[in-house]
Amino acid sequence: MSAINLVDLASQSQEEVARQMGVCNACRYCEGLCAVFPAMELRRTFGSGDVDYLSNLCHNCGACYFDCQYAPSHEFAINVPVAMAELREESYARYAWPGVAAGLFQRNGVKMSVLSALAVALFIIAFAAWSDPEVLFAADASPGAFYAIMPHNWMVAIFGSVFLFSILACIMSIRNFWRAGGPTGPLSIGDLWQSVMDASRLRYLDGGGMGCMTESERPSDKRRLYHHFTFYGLMLCLASTASGTLFHYAFDWIAPYPIWSPTVIMGTLGGIGLIIGPLGLLKERKKKAPALKSESDGGMGLAFLWMLFAVSVTGMGLLILRETSVMNILLAIHLGTVFALFLAFPYGKFVHGIYRFTALVRHAHEQRHHR
Amino acid sequence: MTEKLTFDVLVAGGGNAALCAALAATKGGAKVLVVEAAPKAWRGGNTRHTRNMRVAHDEGNGILTGPYPKDEFMDDLMRVTKGNTDSDLANLTLEKSKELWDFLYGQGVRFQPSLGGTLSLGRTNAFFLGGGRSMLNALYRAAEDAGVTILYDTRLNSLKIEDGFFVSAEIESHWQDDATEPAVKREISARSFVAAAGGFEANIEWLKEAWGPAAENFLIRGTPYNKGHVLRTLLDAGVQAVGDPKQCHAVAIDGRAPKFDGGIVTRLDCVPFGVVLNTKGERFYDEGEDFWPKRYAIWGRLVAAQPDQVGHVIIDSKAINDFMPSVFPPEKADTLDELAGKIGLDPGAMKATIDTFNGACRPGTFDASIHDDCHTEGLTPPKSHWARPITEPPFYAYTLRPGITFTYLGVKVNSDARMVMTDGTASANLFAAGEIMAGNVLGEGYLAGIGMTIGSVFGRIAGEEAARYVRN
Repeated sequence: MSAINLVDLASQSQEEVARQMGVCNACRYCEGLCAVFPAMELRRTFGSGDVDYLSNLCHNCGACYFDCQYAPSHEFAINVPVAMAELREESYARYAWPGVAAGLFQRNGVKMSVLSALAVALFIIAFAAWSDPEVLFAADASPGAFYAIMPHNWMVAIFGSVFLFSILACIMSIRNFWRAGGPTGPLSIGDLWQSVMDASRLRYLDGGGMGCMTESERPSDKRRLYHHFTFYGLMLCLASTASGTLFHYAFDWIAPYPIWSPTVIMGTLGGIGLIIGPLGLLKERKKKAPALKSESDGGMGLAFLWMLFAVSVTGMGLLILRETSVMNILLAIHLGTVFALFLAFPYGKFVHGIYRFTALVRHAHEQRHHR
Repeated sequence: MTEKLTFDVLVAGGGNAALCAALAATKGGAKVLVVEAAPKAWRGGNTRHTRNMRVAHDEGNGILTGPYPKDEFMDDLMRVTKGNTDSDLANLTLEKSKELWDFLYGQGVRFQPSLGGTLSLGRTNAFFLGGGRSMLNALYRAAEDAGVTILYDTRLNSLKIEDGFFVSAEIESHWQDDATEPAVKREISARSFVAAAGGFEANIEWLKEAWGPAAENFLIRGTPYNKGHVLRTLLDAGVQAVGDPKQCHAVAIDGRAPKFDGGIVTRLDCVPFGVVLNTKGERFYDEGEDFWPKRYAIWGRLVAAQPDQVGHVIIDSKAINDFMPSVFPPEKADTLDELAGKIGLDPGAMKATIDTFNGACRPGTFDASIHDDCHTEGLTPPKSHWARPITEPPFYAYTLRPGITFTYLGVKVNSDARMVMTDGTASANLFAAGEIMAGNVLGEGYLAGIGMTIGSVFGRIAGEEAARYVRN
């Protein structure tokens, strides 16, 4: 018997997922599609932590909607991708750290846009105020040219601290989320390795092997492809930044770096990925079947994609135009977008990745140790 | 004036058998029209509720856990039908079932290991990844890609058949009362006709002919579109009938299930762990006669024979976790009196029955996985296994009603899937596949996944033969 413990469920979204899981657990036809249904089968009751875990385990591939004999207009009205998406987006606020930041998830798109605009304006004003206006519009590609306008130590201090804060906030959020899911036995290396493999290949964004079904019952692998561009683009960009920092401090090699340097190569490839990926995902969003659109997104996904796109476009622009007079103003815009992105990591759509990965770790553990 | 369209092959129906026929006929070079009475979201008849297909195979393949030779399949079929089968057609079905995995895979259907709770079928049955609707989606994609014309929300009104020879058909689109577009009737001329439109289990009036007024209280587990109109039209046109017209596959399901399309989640597996009372508060059959998978099919009939076609399963807290999760929560109460009130039984009658039952239970060691020694003595009807006194609150009640899965009456076919007329001759261009002719092979009883086997095998044969007829 599947029981819904209403006392334990905080919200309507949680109740709805618990209700739908009660039906799914009596059917189980979708067992082979992804991780959600095998995880569901390990449970007979669906409390708050369970439904939040399951909703973050869902990759929103859409296959189970098109495969479901109980999809609307059946009176059971089963639409797992939408129910999970709505709960998932609500759950981000529940686990945000510090708790007062939870409000940032409401109307997130607006807040993130304002944050980005403010950050860009801040950098332009700061550059203009603190630098010689002639430097601001001078063409200069010699070593240290970036730092003529913003001293390197300042750059490191500002971005380093924002980045470290974001990491701390993400770790604390993960901790909140993990605890809500309930205790487990000790995690093994194998659990982690399994979840890294599942996440890095987006194993569960393929409808069990046929592909994502975003548009219709005709599967497509495009969302997975564009997500790979986005994710690996972002990783390459972060690696590029890390390599620059390493060169600066360990080898005393000062930016801008030549075209053949690992920093520029990784940054360029990453930047291209971060242009193709977000644009592709934006395109796929538009093609989404009406039945799979959730109401609650609040612009969070759009804001994140556009922020990534802004970072990559300004970064690529900087690479191409770095020997011209617009370099400094572009640098200000680029740094502004990066600053906003770093600060937004724990409070925007980026968190879907950390909770998804955390859920995959729990899932790998449950499956490997039979809970 | 009615629009006239011409095709090589007209297929009535939109499930597994219809799509297999359409795909095979297209491959044979024919121009095919499929008319599906349901709107697109509800397409596929009872295939949408299926999850697997029984296929013979000489070795396992990683997903099918071991060999299932044709002879063993035949033994199983003979056992469940008690020999009520056309042995030539049965042989043909089982032999051709060996090809189905590869055929379906080629159409984009994917398979998975047997689902949780169905391990016993892992060797014999190929489970569709994502279930029957996923399988249908793949077949429809393949049919669209192959150039099959598909009309949804379109029923077959009438057939023009002259001396067993199909001439044309009238179809009607947007025929339902709630259609948003005006109804459109068209006349379809085609060289051959494939009937793959299912049985008549959703036609309550027809069911009443066999069951009387009790049929009003039956729940239909599958599609509401199987009204049997194509079947009746064919029988009226002189096609020979096969199968017992008064039989249907009836199982006991949760009484709160929707009238139609409740499907798999409405099953209830708790009968062996409690007692079942009718509305008078009396027991009426041995609940522990055998394992539930071997008995659920007779309980449909048993419940259908009770007043108001209702049974109430009463269990106590000892048993609540002994069976698969069901979709509707049970009624729950701390006393039997309170529980009786909730389910509308006379508390005194219910208490008397349960006290008598409790007193007749002999001590034993409960084990749900074997025919254990927990049984009653001196009780009529007895409970042969898993009998434990119902004493520990809270008490729970589930309501049972008969759920109709499919009907057996169909059209007689030969090994070409050609319909056989009442005079014994085979029609030149009338073909049938799926539930509408399954009674040729499955004369009675039931074997999990064999309906889909018959549908795919005869769908392919019907499509191939229909196209061959068109070519010649």
